[in-house]
Amino acid sequence: MADILLRLAGVHTHIGPYHILQGVDLEVPRGGVSVLLGRNGAGKSTTLRSIMGLWTPSAGEIHFDGTRIDGQPTPAISRAGIAYVPENMGIFADLTVGENMTLAAASGTMDPQRLSWIKELFPPIATFWDRPAGTLSGGQKQMLSVSRAIIEPRKLILIDEPSKGLAPAIIRAMTDALRQLKETETTILLVEQNFQMAKSLGDTVAVMDDGRIVHAGTMAELAADNGLQERLMGLSLEVHQ
Amino acid sequence: MSSTAIRPKLVAASPAERLKSAAPLLLAPVLAGLGLVAIGDGATWLTLTVAGLAMGLMIFIMASGLTVVFGLMDVINFGHGAFVSVGAFVGFTVLAWLAGWTQSPAVMLNLLAVFLAILASMAVTGGIGLMFERVIVAPVYGHHLKQILVTMGGLIVAQQLIHVIWGPDAIHLSRPPSLQGAVIFGEAAIEKYRLFAVAVGLVLFVAMRHVLRSTRVGLLVRAGVENGEMVEALGYRIRRLFLLVFMAGSALAGLGGVMWGLYQETITAHMGSEIMVLVFVVVIIGGLGSIEGCFIGALLVGLLSNYMAFLAPKVALVSTIALMVGVLMWRPQGLYPVVKAK
Repeated sequence: MADILLRLAGVHTHIGPYHILQGVDLEVPRGGVSVLLGRNGAGKSTTLRSIMGLWTPSAGEIHFDGTRIDGQPTPAISRAGIAYVPENMGIFADLTVGENMTLAAASGTMDPQRLSWIKELFPPIATFWDRPAGTLSGGQKQMLSVSRAIIEPRKLILIDEPSKGLAPAIIRAMTDALRQLKETETTILLVEQNFQMAKSLGDTVAVMDDGRIVHAGTMAELAADNGLQERLMGLSLEVHQ
Repeated sequence: MSSTAIRPKLVAASPAERLKSAAPLLLAPVLAGLGLVAIGDGATWLTLTVAGLAMGLMIFIMASGLTVVFGLMDVINFGHGAFVSVGAFVGFTVLAWLAGWTQSPAVMLNLLAVFLAILASMAVTGGIGLMFERVIVAPVYGHHLKQILVTMGGLIVAQQLIHVIWGPDAIHLSRPPSLQGAVIFGEAAIEKYRLFAVAVGLVLFVAMRHVLRSTRVGLLVRAGVENGEMVEALGYRIRRLFLLVFMAGSALAGLGGVMWGLYQETITAHMGSEIMVLVFVVVIIGGLGSIEGCFIGALLVGLLSNYMAFLAPKVALVSTIALMVGVLMWRPQGLYPVVKAK
C-alpha cells in the first residue's frame, strides 16, 4: 500500500452562498507528482485553497503527514511543510525578486547551495534579483512564485496552473524545472489544464467535476486510454492540449 | 541548467518611463518654485516654505500610521483622530508635571521634557491602539461600512472620555522657552518650533523608510500591504503583524498630537477629528499604503496651504481639496499606490 502524504476525506467547502466542494476524497502519495485535472469551475483551485486553510472546509477531514490540518490557521499549515503557488502567482510586486525570496525563507536565511540551484533552474531569478518583482514578465513571475515555494525543503508543494497564460517556450522551461524538482524528495500536487504538461509530469491523476473527484488512478492509465479521457474531460481536454 | 531555459536580458527603462516614475518627486520642488515666483519676496517665501514644511511633516507623522493601517489591514479607521487628541492631552499632562524643566532656560531640560512627553504619549496611544484593535476593529475586519461606523463611535467615546478626564474646555499648551521665538535668516524670521518639527518629521521619515526597506518586519509589512493572504501562505501570522502595525500607527498619531498641540498651543478633544480631513487628503494623494507617497502628499498639502493663505486667503480653504482632485485626475490611485492585489 502506497505511503499517503495527504488525504482529503469528504471535504465540503462553501464560499458565501455557493457550495463549491461537495465531498472531495483525494489521496496524494508521498513522492512524485499528483495531478488534479478538471474543467474550469470544477473546484480544483478551491481544493488547494481548502488544503492551505485559505478557505475553511465546512465538513470533512484533511490529514497531512499523519496530522489533521483542516481548521488550522494557514501559517501553521505552511509551517507543517506545505508550500503554495497560487493561480495568480501571489508575488509581491513592490518588493524586489531578492526580497520576495528572503520572505519565503521562513527560517530567516536562505541556504546558499539551494539558492544557486534555484538560480540555475530559473536564470531570471539571478538576473533580476534586485529588480521589483512587478516588472517581471508573466513567465518570470511564475518562475519566482515556484522559486519561493522551493527555497526551503518542503514535504508538499501545491501548484495551481503554472502554465496558464504562458508562451510555449516558457511552458517547456517550466516543465523541465518541475521535472528536476520531481527528482528531489518533494511531493507535488499540480492543478493543470494543459494535458501535455500534466501527462509529462504526473505519476497519479485525479479528475474533478462539479466539486467531486470523479476519477483517480495512474497517469499512465489515463494517458493510454483516449476513451477514458474523452469520457472524463470531453471537449475541455481537447481545447487545452 | 534546463535545456529549454529562456535567457533573460536586462533592458534599461526609457527616459520617458523614468520621468513618469520620478514625476511625483518633482512636485514639491516645483510647487516651491512656483510659490517663489508668485510671492516674489524671498524672505516671505522662505518663512512660508518652512512653515509649510513643518505643517506638512506634522501631518505626515499623523498620516503615516493611517496609510499603513489602511494598506495592510484594509481598515478604514475614522477613529485615528482620537489618538491624536489623546496624545496631545497626555503630552500636556507630562509637560505640566515637568513644569520645572519646561520653564527652565536650559535647552537640554526643555528638550528632555518634550522628549518624555512624546514618549509617554506614544506609549499611552500605542496601548490604547492595542485595545482599540482588539475590541473595536477586530470584529469588523472585511466590513468597510461597519468599520466606518464603529471607529466613528470609538472617536466619539474617546472625545467624551477626554472631556471627563481633562474637562471640556480648550487648554493652553505653552512651548518651552528654547522652542519659542524665531531665528533670523537674512530678512526672514523662522520660528524655532517649525524647524524642530521639520527635524522630527524628517528623522521619522528616514527611520520609517529604513525599517520598511531594510528589516524583516518592514518587508513583511510591505508584503502584507500588497497581499496579506500570500504572507500567511508563506507561514507568517499576519494578525500579529496587524496588531503591531495598528499599535505603531496609533503611537505615531499620539506623537503627531503632541507636535500639533505644541504648534497650535491650544488643545481640545476635537483637535484630532479636525485635522483628520487633511490627514485623509494626504493619504489619498499619496496612494493607499505608501509611506513615500504620504510624505510627498503631506509636503504638497503643507506648502500649498501656507502659500495660498498668504496669496489668496479665501481660496486657501479649498486649495488642498483642489490639489487632491488634480492629483487623482492625473493618477487615479494616488501618487504611489501600493494596495493593488486585494
